[in-house]
Amino acid sequence: MAELKPAERMKIKRHEMPNQDPVVRSSNYEEVALGYTLETAKEEAERCLQCKDPKCVQGCPVGVLIPQFIKALREGDMVTAVKWMKVKNNLPAVCGRVCPQEVQCEGNCILSKKGEAVAIGRLERFVGDYELSQRTCPMVKAPKTGKKVAVVGSGPAGLTCAVDVAREGHDVTLFESLHGPGGVLIYGIPEFRLPKSVVHGEISYAAECLCIDIKTDHVIGRSFTLDELLSDFDAVFLGTGAGLPSFMRIPGINLNGVMSANEFLTRVNLMKAYQFPDYDTPVKLGKKVAVIGAGNVAMDAVRCSQRLMSLEAKKTGGSPGEAHIVYRRSKDEVPARAEEVHHAAEEGVIFDFLTNPIEILGDDKRKVRALRCVRMELGEPDASGRRKPVEIKGSEFDMEIDTVIMALGTNPNPIVFVDAEGLERTKYGTAVADNETGRTKKKRVWAGGDVVTGAATVISAMGAGKRAAADINKFLKGEAAWE
Amino acid sequence: MYKILSKEVLSNVVKLMDIEAPHVARKAAAGQFVIVRIDEFGERIPLTIADYNREKGSITIIFQELGKSTIQLGKLNPGDSLASFAGPLGHPTEIENFGTVVCMGGGVGIAPIYPIARALREAGNKVISIIGARTKELLFWEEKMRAVSDELIICTDDGSHGRKSLVTEPLKEILDNKANTIAKVWAIGPAIMMKFVTLTTKPYNVPTIVSLNTIMIDGTGMCGGCRVLLEEGAQFVCVDGPEFDGHKVDWDNLLSRLSFYKDEEKLAVEHYEHKCRIDGATVKGRE
Ligand SMILES: Cc1cc2nc3c(=O)[nH]c(=O)nc-3n(C[C@H](O)[C@H](O)[C@H](O)COP(=O)(O)OP(=O)(O)OC[C@H]3O[C@@H](n4cnc5c(N)ncnc54)[C@H](O)[C@@H]3O)c2cc1C
Ligand SMILES: Cc1cc2nc3c(=O)[nH]c(=O)nc-3n(C[C@H](O)[C@H](O)[C@H](O)COP(=O)(O)OP(=O)(O)OC[C@H]3O[C@@H](n4cnc5c(N)ncnc54)[C@H](O)[C@@H]3O)c2cc1C
Ligand code: SF4
Ligand code: FES
Repeated sequence: MAELKPAERMKIKRHEMPNQDPVVRSSNYEEVALGYTLETAKEEAERCLQCKDPKCVQGCPVGVLIPQFIKALREGDMVTAVKWMKVKNNLPAVCGRVCPQEVQCEGNCILSKKGEAVAIGRLERFVGDYELSQRTCPMVKAPKTGKKVAVVGSGPAGLTCAVDVAREGHDVTLFESLHGPGGVLIYGIPEFRLPKSVVHGEISYAAECLCIDIKTDHVIGRSFTLDELLSDFDAVFLGTGAGLPSFMRIPGINLNGVMSANEFLTRVNLMKAYQFPDYDTPVKLGKKVAVIGAGNVAMDAVRCSQRLMSLEAKKTGGSPGEAHIVYRRSKDEVPARAEEVHHAAEEGVIFDFLTNPIEILGDDKRKVRALRCVRMELGEPDASGRRKPVEIKGSEFDMEIDTVIMALGTNPNPIVFVDAEGLERTKYGTAVADNETGRTKKKRVWAGGDVVTGAATVISAMGAGKRAAADINKFLKGEAAWE
Repeated sequence: MYKILSKEVLSNVVKLMDIEAPHVARKAAAGQFVIVRIDEFGERIPLTIADYNREKGSITIIFQELGKSTIQLGKLNPGDSLASFAGPLGHPTEIENFGTVVCMGGGVGIAPIYPIARALREAGNKVISIIGARTKELLFWEEKMRAVSDELIICTDDGSHGRKSLVTEPLKEILDNKANTIAKVWAIGPAIMMKFVTLTTKPYNVPTIVSLNTIMIDGTGMCGGCRVLLEEGAQFVCVDGPEFDGHKVDWDNLLSRLSFYKDEEKLAVEHYEHKCRIDGATVKGRE
């Protein structure tokens, strides 16, 4: 294509993402968003103005070199596009799928002020997918330094830190308590949004290029304590996430049919319960599921429920059932990614806004029968600036429900802190760490991601992993003392 | 992969295996457990650490063939490998010199009670052990238990060996005997047995430790699936336990939660046996 003038670029309309038909996809586990073709990706890349002062980059927590990779892509030079991408992001195929672009890069893109932002996330995914199939391998390991680094937890924070430390030539061992690496990317986020082959591909590729030793089934705090790691390694990074589920303090939470979103999603995604009995782990849903909460976790849980019920209905010929989101605030406060909420609605999810559960009712077999709720209205803004939901007196009512899934947020798992004397934590159980360097209060221990911030995002965890890796590299080179 | 080093058949449904897992063996202690996954398709199943050998880097597990996973596990042989073996998980048993204690093992619960009885004896306690099973064929480790007990009582439901009674009967007699001051009781076995043990000791106010076997998934505190109701509220068995003060447990809640997946468990066995029969070739890789 000939060089376009900015005005011409701005006339090009943003390219839609082709998606699987909602009716078809609500009873399968295949990926919803199908991805751009090279043709569409190049056309979308033409829309970028190549700003001198690119606002998009400022919106990205890891500062992906967006104009550079888009320029290469538009010229059809995929190898260079990958190279620019991998300078800052080792998981582009993941980020392109799960980042909340609308509030980050795309939210800052100059075009979003007047119309529609460049579809940066979709282009990122395109570049990531290209690299997964082609493996041009721009990440190289520097000569061995003889220094050893332990990374605990293999989610986005740990993976990113491991990659950036390994690039400098240090020996990296990645410890993971589950049987596979990836953290939330494999146990939480479902296949139809983030195929596990993409996650495994990006991880094994990085591990191979950089000789990272991944040790699964190792629970730090039990198999080895942090203090033991410190005697074997020169530096330790903790990226253990925030996986401990909270339950509402209402009567009935121990009834059969009440689960945390973590239990439900782990059964379904990590253990593949949607393929039971070919896979051994079952999951049990009824005909009416209520998911409490409206974050990404809740959206994933409700969409998985919808699919499981539809699959079951297909098998048995019954009705597909109902999946509800029960949320005490209004539609405007929903914290999940906009695209997921939109997809969920298309798939038939029912939203009950301004509704707060106060009790779970059981039948004589101690199984969930109904959810007692109260209607809410929005009052004055609270400390977070959001209008606070308040109960409407006398508005209690019962929803007939047979499964309740709690998606109310999570806290850091305390096991890693066993025998980690001196590692300071907040009253929420998160590790205290410097925002810029990731240094904790314990010598030679860095931390980042959800274990420090509480549940946040993939890219913010990656950002923390990157900053910590930079500081670890300096420390190991002797450029930054611990004092 | 974690290699099976040896295998022993203890009764017609109970098997023992030594598994090579140095990272677990180096820290394992009585009372803790591991999470095992047979292959890519497998569930994560919790099994108690029955014994360990730090030099060999191995862990002994003893399991009862109940459903799909344990039946499949029982078909494996030395030389075969398991896909996952994580641990040691949970808290070790607190061992002290308490005085006179009672150790009770029901069925496969005899396995995990053994290292506890041994450790208590080594710590100077007088150990009275009571082991029981439905029938003689299901009993094992009688001699091993005798070797670590000052007194051993054996019960079977059908009287085919030892005394024909439930394990709670001799327990009550011991508690009633004024010559004994029982400092503490440990009970491991089916939930229903542990429930009745705690009901038996309650009127005597004898502290009673039980090891709960709830349904687990991750075993590391991440899913909440293993939660139990105690007097002070819900707790996670995998991180807060597996041992608890039996007098505080809401047993009816526990029993009903244990039965939640009954239908699916049955289906899994049927599916497995069907596949083994019809299409042995494709299942081979899974055995
Ligand atoms: C269902 C769900 C959907 C989400 N959707 C999105 C989304 O669309 N977009 C987005 O940006 N964010 C999303 N998030 C949030 C995002 O996934 C997390 O913020 C991010 O994964 C945090 O990364 P992390 O590396 O800090 O921790 P995690 O991804 O939680 O990884 C931590 C790892 O450490 C391991 N670990 C824990 N303790 C130990 C120990 N003692 N020893 C060894 N290993 C240990 C864990 O098993 C885990 O693998 C979602 C989260 C969930 C749960
Ligand atoms: C901390 C812990 C330690 C354990 N240690 C041992 C051990 O050392 N040896 C051993 O044999 N078993 C032990 N168990 C129980 C063991 O995990 C289960 O028997 C096993 O998961 C059953 O799997 P399955 O697929 O073969 O049977 P399933 O198909 O899952 O179940 C078959 C039958 O067993 C019942 N059942 C299922 N899970 C449990 C459970 N966790 N507890 C009691 N009944 C159950 C079901 O209701 C069903 O009737 C332990 C459990 C826990 C939580
Ligand atoms: S802000 Fe938008 S238009 Fe400007 S460089 Fe970034 S993506 Fe391109
Ligand atoms: S088994 Fe998941 S929290 Fe205990």
